Amino acid sequence: MPRLSVVGIRLALLYFLLGISFGALLLIHKAMPLHPAMWILLPLHMEFLLYGWVVQLVFSVAYWIFPRFLSEPKRGNPALAWAALGLLNLSILALSAASLGVLPAVQLPARLAQVAAAALLAASLWRRAKPTETGVAYKR
Amino acid sequence: MPAVTRWFIRASLLFLILALALAVLQAAQARWGLSVPGLSAVYFHLFLVGWVTQMIMGVGFWFFPKYSQARPRGSETAAWASFWLLNVGLLLRAVAEPLLAVRPSALWGWALVASALMQWLAGVLFVYNSWARIKER
Repeated sequence: MPRLSVVGIRLALLYFLLGISFGALLLIHKAMPLHPAMWILLPLHMEFLLYGWVVQLVFSVAYWIFPRFLSEPKRGNPALAWAALGLLNLSILALSAASLGVLPAVQLPARLAQVAAAALLAASLWRRAKPTETGVAYKR
Repeated sequence: MPAVTRWFIRASLLFLILALALAVLQAAQARWGLSVPGLSAVYFHLFLVGWVTQMIMGVGFWFFPKYSQARPRGSETAAWASFWLLNVGLLLRAVAEPLLAVRPSALWGWALVASALMQWLAGVLFVYNSWARIKER
């Protein structure tokens, strides 16, 4: 498993832990109110689980298992993939800060950064969605 | 494919059907003169936890790199515990959340708390079992 996938999957697992912890607190809060401000966790619960967990995990696993090129770099441009992963995580953290009321002005730039991260994810995986190579160098 | 993965995958397929059936019920509520509160949250979680996350957990247990030669998939016991906690917890939520909204009672309140803790523990066990398997070699 390449280092990028190790980092991405482990980050996804951490977001999963945080996301389900917030979700468990919110569900308990429905049954027995814990704190009036508890619902502030809802956007974090959704952001962490949809983007931090599902999107990040799918990208990291795809980067690991999609067919590789015969010549280096076999998984495509690593800088592109690292930029995608970095921007995705930066946008999740910025959106979390905005939803908590810290840095509310970053909400729009963070959403734009998330779109850019998605474009980078797509660019990183696009040409690897292809038949497995069997000896003939794939023309990029 | 290990047995626990087959159970995860089959349960996730059943939850997909259940979630989409619930979406039909939601759509039909107005026509039938029904108004069951809490169905949207149940629908989202049947879909995202029961279908998406459960599929990931099952396939991850099967597919992630080996933990060791002796225990290639880590703890089978943790995986089975995760499977049962997730499924029982999620089904409990699907029943308790609308019932708590319609007929508030301590029973349904505690059922919802139990459901939250069971699903949370299922996730913690999955992460515990997967973490060491996420490695370069």
